[in-house]
Amino acid sequence: MTIVWWGTAICLLINIVVGLVFLTSRKSSEESLLAALLFGTTGVALTLIVGKAVGQERSVDIAVVFALLAAVLGVAFARFGWFDENKKGDREP
Amino acid sequence: MSILDAVSAALLIVAVFFFAAGTIALIRLPDLHSRLHALTKADNVGLGFAVLAMILQAENWAVVFKLLLTWILIIASGASVCFLIANRARREAVPTKQ
Repeated sequence: MTIVWWGTAICLLINIVVGLVFLTSRKSSEESLLAALLFGTTGVALTLIVGKAVGQERSVDIAVVFALLAAVLGVAFARFGWFDENKKGDREP
Repeated sequence: MSILDAVSAALLIVAVFFFAAGTIALIRLPDLHSRLHALTKADNVGLGFAVLAMILQAENWAVVFKLLLTWILIIASGASVCFLIANRARREAVPTKQ
């Protein structure tokens, strides 16, 4: 069963790498936020599955914290972190 | 390999399928709004299947509760962040492909 967990973890890691390579080729800041969303969901799944593969029970706690931080990060970006190249200096939410 | 392990493995394969669908959609879809859609829906379903596979292997109820809490938090944050970003994108007039 351990091999199944590791195989799933590697597939998820490939997903994250492909998504990140795609998004780093983009210039706009709203596209880079999608990388944060990708990390939010896929990263939590990866934490859970790798924790299961190595038999570390506390990875579930780490995943809960990641899930909480993903929400805070997205809300903070949508309100304060949205850079517009055409309107520099005008960053009122 | 018991029946429970086999069901878990099958659920993990379904989860990987949904995660792969999300990543392929992220690359293939044309604009920000449809990419948001792909990331917040397909990936959440994938995480749901992965959590389900892990619940079948969980030793006690505390772990089951924490796994479900993780999934619910990710779903709630995905839905609200998707709404916030799409709303902000509409106000900033991010172009959409027709």
